[in-house]
Amino acid sequence: MRHTISLLVENKFGVLSRIASLFSGRGYNIESLSVGETIDPQISVMTIVTSGDDQIIEQITKQLNKLIDVIKVIDMTEFDHVEREMVLIKVAPRQENKAEVLRLAEIFRGRIVDSSQSTYTIEVTGDEKKIEAIVELLKPMGIKEFVRTGKVAIAREGVRKK
Amino acid sequence: MKISGAEIFIECLKREGIKHIFGYPGGVILNIFDLLYEDKEIKLILTRHEQGAVHAADGYARSTGKAGVALVTSGPGATNTITGLATASMDSIPIVVFSGQVPTMLIGNDAFQEADIVGISRPCTKYNFLVKDVKDLSKIIREAFYIATSGRPGPVLIDLPKDVTTSKEEFVWPEVKIRSYNPRYEGNKWMITQAAHNIAKSKKAVIVAGGGVILSGGSRELRELAEYTNIPVTMTLMGLGGFPGTHKLSLGMPGMHGTYYANKAIQESDLLVAIGMRFDDRVTGKLDAFATGAKIIHIDIDPTSIRKNVRVDVPIVGDVKKVLTVLNKALKEEVKEQWEEVRKAWLKQINEWKKERPLSYTYSDEVIKPQFVVEKIFELTKGDAIITTEVGQNQMWAAQFYKFDKPRTLLTSGGLGTMGYGFPAAIGAQLAHPNKLVIDIAGDGSIQMNIQELATAVINKLPVKVAILNNRYLGMVRQWQELFFSERYSHTKLDESVPDFVKIAEAYGAVGLRATKPDEVEPLLKEAFKIKRTVFMDFVVDWKEKVFPMVPAGAPIDYMLFEEQKEKSEKKLKAVK
Repeated sequence: MRHTISLLVENKFGVLSRIASLFSGRGYNIESLSVGETIDPQISVMTIVTSGDDQIIEQITKQLNKLIDVIKVIDMTEFDHVEREMVLIKVAPRQENKAEVLRLAEIFRGRIVDSSQSTYTIEVTGDEKKIEAIVELLKPMGIKEFVRTGKVAIAREGVRKK
Repeated sequence: MKISGAEIFIECLKREGIKHIFGYPGGVILNIFDLLYEDKEIKLILTRHEQGAVHAADGYARSTGKAGVALVTSGPGATNTITGLATASMDSIPIVVFSGQVPTMLIGNDAFQEADIVGISRPCTKYNFLVKDVKDLSKIIREAFYIATSGRPGPVLIDLPKDVTTSKEEFVWPEVKIRSYNPRYEGNKWMITQAAHNIAKSKKAVIVAGGGVILSGGSRELRELAEYTNIPVTMTLMGLGGFPGTHKLSLGMPGMHGTYYANKAIQESDLLVAIGMRFDDRVTGKLDAFATGAKIIHIDIDPTSIRKNVRVDVPIVGDVKKVLTVLNKALKEEVKEQWEEVRKAWLKQINEWKKERPLSYTYSDEVIKPQFVVEKIFELTKGDAIITTEVGQNQMWAAQFYKFDKPRTLLTSGGLGTMGYGFPAAIGAQLAHPNKLVIDIAGDGSIQMNIQELATAVINKLPVKVAILNNRYLGMVRQWQELFFSERYSHTKLDESVPDFVKIAEAYGAVGLRATKPDEVEPLLKEAFKIKRTVFMDFVVDWKEKVFPMVPAGAPIDYMLFEEQKEKSEKKLKAVK
């Protein structure tokens, strides 16, 4: 099963490498990873999406906790939480599809952040399903380039999932 | 007053109470070596290889319980420490290794003797540091010793760029506070009570004690637990000495080369009390078939050890000594049992297994059996010695036939299985215990892996004894080839390439002795133990001898091969009374 794990870590050089090598050294897979500073510039937050059975996930969270630079490990999957990811999609539609692209962007609450003679760059934020949906719809229009940030997640205020 | 980084280093080590450093000099670390030239309080022991320095620091640490220290230069000096770091890491041994590094402005430039040792050593250290600013030096050194010796201990490496050792700074000695590192020592009370009730309910319990018992200093508490509840104890390789090997409740070692009765007891048990051990594959054999009828109580300071390999019914994260103290109290106060009565049938069964298949070998009066040498060493020392081993058959025979009664008397590379560990480790242990008899039980293969340390032992007048069980083969691998590879002895026959160890010892200024007949063994050992110098004892032993019992890799641990299935013999001598 897929898990989204949120980590608070010391914002020091080498920390990312320690975490990455923990995964590679023990044969765990990282599906996506995003890192950024928190309000306290000495602390970074990492969001890692990984998958495995319960035993593997338990090992991953324990091993992460064991790393000296890791301050806190939260398996978001245990909580009600909000997940978001952002993608930038550069499409190069034919003339007759341009209006359709703009319409799709609007339906998905995307924003056109750049345009040229032949392309639009659309920014879309959302959960995985939404992003997959717009990508599917835009594919026939001609996607030229596509980047995604990796997931970030935050727990909803309140209780643990039952 | 500002002092140099090198001076800060010396001051920090003194404050950490360090008396000995094992090391090897080189270009970028010279500023520190220069200060050690005349220092009265800290003695640098020059080894002949950086690997030897780290193993010596490791032997020092294992035999004392305090952190061992090694100091090497950059590049090859640093990379040579990797095997030593990995050895210490697998066995949770507290050592601090300082490596020189090229000046900070040159890092990343592929400078002469530059190696990214922080990157290279990351997976085989508990933590490591690159000191970028002399201002952080004393704080980092303090943190390094704290990390190495606290929680589940382990090796820490500090990389010291040359300019950091020369830059000047005011000396400070800050308190250690690491917000993201808080080892847990106290076990959960409720879980401990659960453990007590499970122990009370069990009819066929076994304690499996590992290296954590020794690391936490919990041998006395373990003995109290075993004796009070009348539960037999088997000790993993790392746990030997954590419970007296001569005790009537001792089952010896479990696992691949464990005793029949230890493995039987585990497999048939209804409760396993695993204490400071991590269910290594050499202990469990085939996991699906391991102790299938048993509930498992697992006490370990490292939460990642728990449920890593086996299911656990009662997990207790904490320091073995602390947890056992509470558990013993809980058992006495909350659980009233007639322990003798409860365990009677179980102990009777175990005694039958002991009688059925004791540890044994076939004695010969023509050719020296390696097990006989180990037995004689035990007999003559009465267990009052520090034994180190290399890796292979020598290690297993030492574990089987020497009865370790006290903690920190067996120093052996259990997890990594490092050949070449025993001799430098013996040097470290001898330095820490000048008046103790320190014996490395070695093979002719592994002793050649760090034989250059003869120079270190001789020049420092360390009376280390090395008992080479010389079978002219890489015996353990040969044994596997014989049993599992149709006797195709690919590259395990050393034969005429084995050097004359007596002459080698003499060439280095040590004493060399040789025995070729069984009746020469005892007099030779007696003679060697009297000599206050480094002694190599070359025991020319039966090359055909194999380590039994043996569980083939991947088989359940009660699927055991025994000597008599392979070889028939008339004179069978019981090895253990």
